[in-house]
Amino acid sequence: MTRIRKAFYNQKVFIAFITCGDPDLETTAACVRAAVENGADLIELGIPFSDPTAEGPVIQGANLRALTGGVTTDRIFELVKELRQDVAVPMVFMTYANVVYSYGPDRFLSACKEIGIDGMILPDLPFEEKEEFLPLCHVYGVDLISLIAPTSENRIAMIAKEAEGFLYIVSSLGVTGTRSEIKTDLQSMIEVVRQNTDIPCAIGFGISTPEQAAAMAGISDGAIVGSAIVKLIEKYGKEAPAHVGEYVKRMKDAVKAVS
Amino acid sequence: MTNQNGRFGVHGGQYIPETLMNAVIELEEVYNHYKADAQFNQELTDLYNDYAGRPSKLYFARKMSADLDGAKIYLKREDLNHTGSHKINNVLGQALLARKMGKTRLIAETGAGQHGVATATAAALMGMECVVFMGEEDTIRQALNVYRMRLLGAEVVTVRTGTGTLKDAVSEAMREWTSRIADTHYCLGSVMGPHPFPVMVRDFQAVISREIKAQLMEKEGRLPDAVIACVGGGSNAMGSFYHFIEEPGVKLIGCEAAGRGIDTFETAATVNTGRMGIFHGMKSYFCQDEYGQIAPVYSISAGLDYPGIGPEHAYLHDIGRAEYVPVTDNEAVEAFEYLSRMEGIIPAIESAHAIAHAIKIATVMDKEQTIVVTISGRGDKDCAAIARYRGEDIHD
Repeated sequence: MTRIRKAFYNQKVFIAFITCGDPDLETTAACVRAAVENGADLIELGIPFSDPTAEGPVIQGANLRALTGGVTTDRIFELVKELRQDVAVPMVFMTYANVVYSYGPDRFLSACKEIGIDGMILPDLPFEEKEEFLPLCHVYGVDLISLIAPTSENRIAMIAKEAEGFLYIVSSLGVTGTRSEIKTDLQSMIEVVRQNTDIPCAIGFGISTPEQAAAMAGISDGAIVGSAIVKLIEKYGKEAPAHVGEYVKRMKDAVKAVS
Repeated sequence: MTNQNGRFGVHGGQYIPETLMNAVIELEEVYNHYKADAQFNQELTDLYNDYAGRPSKLYFARKMSADLDGAKIYLKREDLNHTGSHKINNVLGQALLARKMGKTRLIAETGAGQHGVATATAAALMGMECVVFMGEEDTIRQALNVYRMRLLGAEVVTVRTGTGTLKDAVSEAMREWTSRIADTHYCLGSVMGPHPFPVMVRDFQAVISREIKAQLMEKEGRLPDAVIACVGGGSNAMGSFYHFIEEPGVKLIGCEAAGRGIDTFETAATVNTGRMGIFHGMKSYFCQDEYGQIAPVYSISAGLDYPGIGPEHAYLHDIGRAEYVPVTDNEAVEAFEYLSRMEGIIPAIESAHAIAHAIKIATVMDKEQTIVVTISGRGDKDCAAIARYRGEDIHD
């Protein structure tokens, strides 16, 4: 069983997203450890990109701070290698196609295998373009994680049938960022997913409160939170790890109560 | 020239969020349906002729040709179109399509403001809502066009992220489209972005080369020896090249903005300084660093100040069918002034890049040869910026 499948085994999961290098890599490492110690079941590590077209202002800001601070793909690989010494939960990269393409997909994915990355989420790589990296993902045992959006409709079955790792269900239209309410009929979307795959699915985009996380975990296999965590890091900087840990604990407790 | 997935060789594709996939698939289906529809084409032709003022003139630049004492130079006067640039060709096509799809709202990015003005114009004409995204830097250097868009009833959103230029305006328009798809069409302004935009925008702009071919045949009884156009994303160039691609005797030359020079970091010459990448929905050439971070490019011309190039241009470069040459700010400004004095035509600073290269090559060409240079837009919008470049402060 892969680390990702194990994380979803018999429980609802809480997934935490953190932009690497915001405000610096030491803080990122401490935030990851704080999240894991407080119950995060899977960590999404954002490799910053200069022009993150799927992100709202909060994560755009994190990307900019990280890049201004001089973080690079190579330095992030070093960070993950170091984290893997003691972090046992699955870690996946979330970045943009050009970061992988430009590094050299073979070089990038072989490094992922070597440092212990379990999967990769590329919001600008839809189903039709996944052959760009999928063969190499298979060579190096990195799951290429697919997204399903509120507009996917007739595409859900096709995407679900070939999904690997877990399915990232996008809760709302638009870019990442916290939302006061989520209106999409996620239940019907997930029904179609369930008819087509036994891969677990987690819901992200717009989730920030324990109530929202519980509601999302209730209809799926887990909740993904990015912007709310990034906001804490933006607010507290180097002091963020303690706040991230405390926040993750509240969110994980809410998700656990559903199981 | 493309395969099913909108590839030009290895370039092109649809590298966009899943949220937008059904929208571009629908757009492709609707476009494929209407491009073969006689009534749609008649409607578009009527708009071109009666509203936009087409066909645009092909003007023999007699004084300039005599002054350079080389090839005969013809100017394709897209600057004479309604709204002052070639952008209206594409916008009228897309706005008509959007209406067929039942969309009531157009969004667009703009650099120099010409595409924004054209979109705002079409929206006013067709009774649609319009929002234009424009980088902060560009709203300053193209203030006149911001006012024109507002006058036409559009909302102009100032984009402060990134470098505050065209690429950031594109990113923001894409973000807006993912949040509001049902009633909104993204009227992309160049031959770039995800399929079907590069093909569709090219087809709407191909009217330029269709006219050049017929007009030059009438005037000279032959094809041109070279066609020259400026290239940012590359829509006026693609439109100028398209009907000559299968004519091997016609040299196709795209002029990229070199900014302060291709050996500096202050450049936007994508083919000359970039490398292959994936960005803004397409695989093509991009100015980027070793880790694939998109470079903060620079050009005096807001319309060419973009770190990528349309995928069909990337392909024409790969197969050697078109040549892409860098032209610096300084060369473009000199050409801007030269054409103004020589022919009484003030070109857009974008188009001045093409004029600059024509000046370079005309002198070494035979007198029997002809060059067609596309004047993609008029230069009124640039006067204040050029004055500043020359150290003169005028109020615009």
